[in-house]
Formats: sequence, C-alpha cells, structure tokens
Amino acid sequence: MSRTLIAGGRVIDPSQKLDRVTNLLIEDGRIAAYDVAPNGQDLTIDARGKIVAPGLIDMHVHLREPGREEDETIKTGTAAALAGGFTSIACMPNTEPPIDTQAQVEFVQHQAALAGHCNVYVVACVSKNREGKELAELGQLVQAGAVAFTDDGSPVYDAELMRRAFEYALMFDKPILNHAEVRELTSGGVMHEGLVSLLLGLSGMPAAAEDAMVSRDIVLAEATGGRIHIMHISSGGSVEVVRRAKRRAVRVTTEVCPHHFTLNDECLRSFDSNFKMSPPLRSASDVEACIAGLVDGTIDVICTDHAPHALEKKMQELDQAPFGIVGLETALGLVGTRLVQAGHLTWPQALEKMTINPARVLGIDKGTLAVGADADITIIDPDRRWTVDTSRFASKSSNSPFAGWVLTGRADTVIVGGKVKHQAERG
Amino acid sequence: MSTEVGEASTMSAAWTRRHLLGLEDLSAEELILILDTAASFKEATGGCKKKLPSLTGRTCANLFFEPSTRTRTSFSLAARRLGADTVDFSSSGSSLSKGETFIDTAKNIEAMGVDVVVVRHRTPGTPHLLAQNLACSVINAGDGPHEHPTQGLLDIMTVREQLGRIDGLTVALVGDIAHSRTARSNIWGLKKLGAHVIVCGPSTLVSPLWREVGVEVSHNLDAILPRCDVLNLLRIQFERQTTRPFPSVREYAHLYAMNRERLAKAKEDILILAPGPINRGVELTPEVADGPHSVILEQVTNGLAVRMAVLWLICGAL
Ligand SMILES: [Zn+2]
Ligand SMILES: [Zn+2]
Repeated sequence: MSRTLIAGGRVIDPSQKLDRVTNLLIEDGRIAAYDVAPNGQDLTIDARGKIVAPGLIDMHVHLREPGREEDETIKTGTAAALAGGFTSIACMPNTEPPIDTQAQVEFVQHQAALAGHCNVYVVACVSKNREGKELAELGQLVQAGAVAFTDDGSPVYDAELMRRAFEYALMFDKPILNHAEVRELTSGGVMHEGLVSLLLGLSGMPAAAEDAMVSRDIVLAEATGGRIHIMHISSGGSVEVVRRAKRRAVRVTTEVCPHHFTLNDECLRSFDSNFKMSPPLRSASDVEACIAGLVDGTIDVICTDHAPHALEKKMQELDQAPFGIVGLETALGLVGTRLVQAGHLTWPQALEKMTINPARVLGIDKGTLAVGADADITIIDPDRRWTVDTSRFASKSSNSPFAGWVLTGRADTVIVGGKVKHQAERG
Repeated sequence: MSTEVGEASTMSAAWTRRHLLGLEDLSAEELILILDTAASFKEATGGCKKKLPSLTGRTCANLFFEPSTRTRTSFSLAARRLGADTVDFSSSGSSLSKGETFIDTAKNIEAMGVDVVVVRHRTPGTPHLLAQNLACSVINAGDGPHEHPTQGLLDIMTVREQLGRIDGLTVALVGDIAHSRTARSNIWGLKKLGAHVIVCGPSTLVSPLWREVGVEVSHNLDAILPRCDVLNLLRIQFERQTTRPFPSVREYAHLYAMNRERLAKAKEDILILAPGPINRGVELTPEVADGPHSVILEQVTNGLAVRMAVLWLICGAL
C-alpha cells in the first residue's frame, strides 16, 4: 500500500467548499483522509505556502493527432497539459480524420494511455465526418467513452441538425458544445470588427456573428430541453444572452479562454498572427464583460482552446495564417495574474471554474478532493513569478502571444492517480 | 546635385526612419520634409524628366504580390532617375513556390544585395512583417485596404501645389472608403497637416466609426459639396468586395458620381483628384475627368517626385 502525505498546504476544494490549511493523505491513488499527521508515509510533499487543489481540468484542447502531428501529438499535448498544471483534458474531434467513430475514440484513448501523462477525455463529433449534415453515431460514441459532442472548428450550422442533436443527446444526458459563429458575417474575417479593424483595413468578424449563434443555440436548447455549452465565449453580448438564459433555467453553460479576458483587438496593430484566433480578440469592453461574467457566475468554466500550429503556418500573411494559439502552459499563470492578483476572483472562485465546474459539464468523476476520489491533485505556487519562455514549452508548438510575459502563479507539483507526474523547475 | 536638393539634404537630418510603412505614424514635420524634398526634386529635374543620380550603386527591389502597373512603374522610374538599380519580382496572389513563405521570398531577394524593398501585397500588415524580418529598408506600396503612403503623399503634394496650403482646407474623400488604402493614407496625412477631412459614400462603405478619429462622416455628397475645397474620388474596388455593398452601379453613380450638374454646385475653384485607375462614369464622368478642375495627370508626375523623395530620404537614413 503506497501512502503519500501532502503536508501544510492550503487545501482549496470548491466541490466541498473547503479552504483551510491541512495535511492530505493519498493512499493507493485515492484521497484517503484529511488532518493526518506525518507518520512514516512513503512520501511527504511539503506544500507549505502553496495551494493544494483538485487536479485542474481543461475541457477544450486540440491535440491535433491524428492528422496534424507537425503541430502537436497526444504525447506532447498531454505533456504540455501537465506542465500547465492540468491532470485532465478533453480533446476536440477536429482531427484528420475527425473523431466520429468508436474506433477513433479508442485510438485517442490508446495513445493517451501510452503517453501516460494526464487523463484524456474525448469529445466526439456531432455530425458524421464533421460535415454538419447528419448525426454521428452518438450512442456508440458514448459507449466508447465520448463525454460530449461538438463540431468545433466549425459551428453546427444547420438548425435542424442542431435540434436533433439536442434531442438525441438527451438520451445520454450529454451536452452539445458549440463554436458559435454565423459564417456569413465573418467570411474572410481576420479580427474583431470595430474601430481597430477599420483603421488597419483588416476584414472584421463582428460580435453579432457570435451573439446570433449563441442566441439560436439557447433557443433550441430551451425548446428541446437539451444541454448547450457555449464554447470560448468572447463578446459582451453573448455573455448577456447566457446570463438571461440562466435566469430562465435553460440548461446552458459556458467557458472563456484566458486570452479573451486578457487581450483585446488593439493587439492586432502589431499584425502578429499570434493574436489571430476565432473567436477573435474583441474590444476592451468585451474583455470587461467576460470578467464580469466570471465574477457573477454566468461563465462557469475557464478553458484554453489550446490550438497548436507549427511555426511556418503562423509565419504567413495575416489572412493566410491559421486561427488559434497554444494555451495549456500559460493558463494558470494568466488566471493568477489577470483574475486573482487583479482582484476579480479569489483562488477558490477561480479554481472552481478549472476543477469541479468543467467536471460537471462533462459529467466526469473528477475535480474533487473528496475522500475516495482519484488522487488527481495540482499543487500551485500562487506567488511564483515566472517569465513565459516559449522555447521551453512541452507543447510541440510555440504560437503564444504571451511570450516574454511575466506571470504570477504556476503549477508546482502535478499528481495524477496518486503519482507525481510533473514537478516545476526551481529558480 | 542641384542647390535646391542640397537645401533639402540639410533638412534631412530630421529623417531617421529606415522604413515607410504608413502615414499614420509620421509627424507633421516628417510629412512636410517629404513634401518639400519632392518639390525640390520635381523642380531640379524639370518635372521629373531628367536624371539626378544621387543613389548610384543602390538597389531597389519591387516586390509586388498583387498586380499593379502604375505604382510599380512609378517606383522603378523614380529609382532609375536617381541612378539606382532596380529589380522587379512579381507574384500574384499567394502563388509562391510550395512551402515557402513570403518572408522566405523576401529574404532571398534581400540576400541579392538589395537596399530597399518596395512591397505591394493584398494583406494589411505584410510590409510591417517584412520590416521586422529584413535588414534592408521597406517601403509600403499598398497593403490591402490599409495604407498606401506614397499615394497619400502625392495626393497631398498635388493639393498643396495647386492651392498653396493644406491647413484649413476641407477635403472630401468620396466613394469606397472601406476598401481604400488611399483613403486611410490621405486621412492621416491631411489631418496631421490641419485639413478638415470628410469621408462620403454609401453607409455600407463608410463606417460611422471614422468619427472616433476626428473625421466627418457623410452619406450625402450634394449636402457637403458646397463646403469642399478638394474632392478625392476613390475607385469602387469591386474586386475587394465580398458582398455587394450597394444595389447597382447605376444607383451609386446617381448618388455619388461627380458630373457637370454637381460641379455647378461646388466651389468655383474646387480641385478634383482621382487616384486612378478610375471607372469612368462611375466615380466621375469624362467631362469632369478631363475638365479644368481635374489634376489627374499632375498626380502622376507628383507620384514620381514623391517616390524619388522617399527613396532618397530612406537611403540617406540607411
Ligand atoms: Zn472553436
Ligand atoms: Zn477549439
């Protein structure tokens, strides 16, 4: 029987509304007991001055394998997750081929097991071949282990297909995750439509393109009783639409990425393609609205939308460069710096959106330090100041707009199933 | 080198830029320096007809990723009037050799010993990326709808030459503001030199957000016309429009084309510019284009003078 004691840390577990300094005992890969005194355990981890949290969950990651191994593999992507403090991630199905069959789900699970880094949950396609025409075999995908459905990269465009997806997924109580974008309004777009796009002469992607699709999805979820999870919310209008829907008890949840509560469209003045993502960096007032949504609970989850692209793809003209940035290794530092240090959220509030909330959206048994739970634990050094050095990323790609940023807060020790899987470098 | 240009060269102590990427970043002093230098060159070369070999041994590369005969020819001629060597690289669209980025292409060209790269590209910001990645100088010869600084400068030079000043003038830019790099360069340059700028055209092509940078916005040409000292008629860029921003060319011409009837309502000495190539009958009718208020051909000569000035200042700053 292997026993590890995490001693003297501030244990924050929002699932139990727990926030106190205590010792935590792990036995055989599970949370065994609290308030245990040091007494001949196999390993004692000194967590004084640190936060002991349930292992962080990132429910929006693009691992790229199969098909685009030049950008990322399941092995490198899960290593990046560990380096960023994540013990569980959910990966998106817009691979080549897309994850729309049982065999594809099993392939990802197999590769993830081989890599042996963090837990990987598969989000499978809503539609066959991600074409937006007919439903994928959702029932069989659930059987294989799919935790949710999305055609991310693209919206589920056809309203009838979306309605059917809501109705059908209800049988399995699975949410539909939608990338909300009315494509007619964003065609050729490179950045948020507003004063900055006007001055730069760059084609815009108006906030209305997101708001209109968010509104449609909520109406359809309400009509069917289905579960909608709005992916990577970025506009103040959409936050307000979700806020009102929640008041009506529509089954809606939403997530925001660190770049959308940190950066705005002014960044595009540099013409650097590391500021190009979809949805785009919006105006300063949208950034404020996202933070307000995090504060009042409208936004349930913080995720990364980790989207690796090899350097040569991003080193193109702004209209040719692909959308997206890597995020796994900077998310926690940005949460610490932009949300906690800035005084918007407390650590318990922030961690709730990175642990139990995504676990509940996906219906997975994670995100808690309750006795008996899997010992997935992230020990965070909340005061650690560090400089983002993309050359040291575990990810295969380095397309980050945060290179050179000094952040506060970093994962110190990452434990998956009771085993220490990552230890931050000192100094 | 003539005395006039010699005088300009003492002023060029103020010029420190290695690149000319847009007029948004330039100060009024820098704009005036370019305009004065261009005027000196124009005079010293008898209207840009004679050579003035002050850049002998330098090489300018025209790197055009978008077809353009006028601007490329004007830059080549300007460089050769100054005694520089020129090389032309044209590549339409993104049809570069496989796997090679435009930065690789530019670096290859730079490696041939080029001092200045003149770049035209359909995508805003491309000259800026080259400036960050190359050791040589970069001149923006038009980056999508963003900026076309030498076009803005030659328009402003023409106005200044004809009316003697910029400060206090009311200048209307009429037409497809949304897709016009000429409009953006004119706006920055004119405003810095004290003009009142109006952007006028259909509401689908003229955003109300322009007001936020101190530009007047109008959708009614007839209403603003009596106040204008200068009209700059911008070409409708059908090729850049993804959706039709107005119902028909006929309707556009009805609302915005400069014709004889409208001219009668304008100031007597109104100046009419058109950056060309124009759609005759759409932005303006032939009798206006070829009439006494039009300075379209003068713009072409001034384009040469401005490009000589810019090349000379930038090479001096190398
Ligand atoms: Zn997406
Ligand atoms: Zn995504």
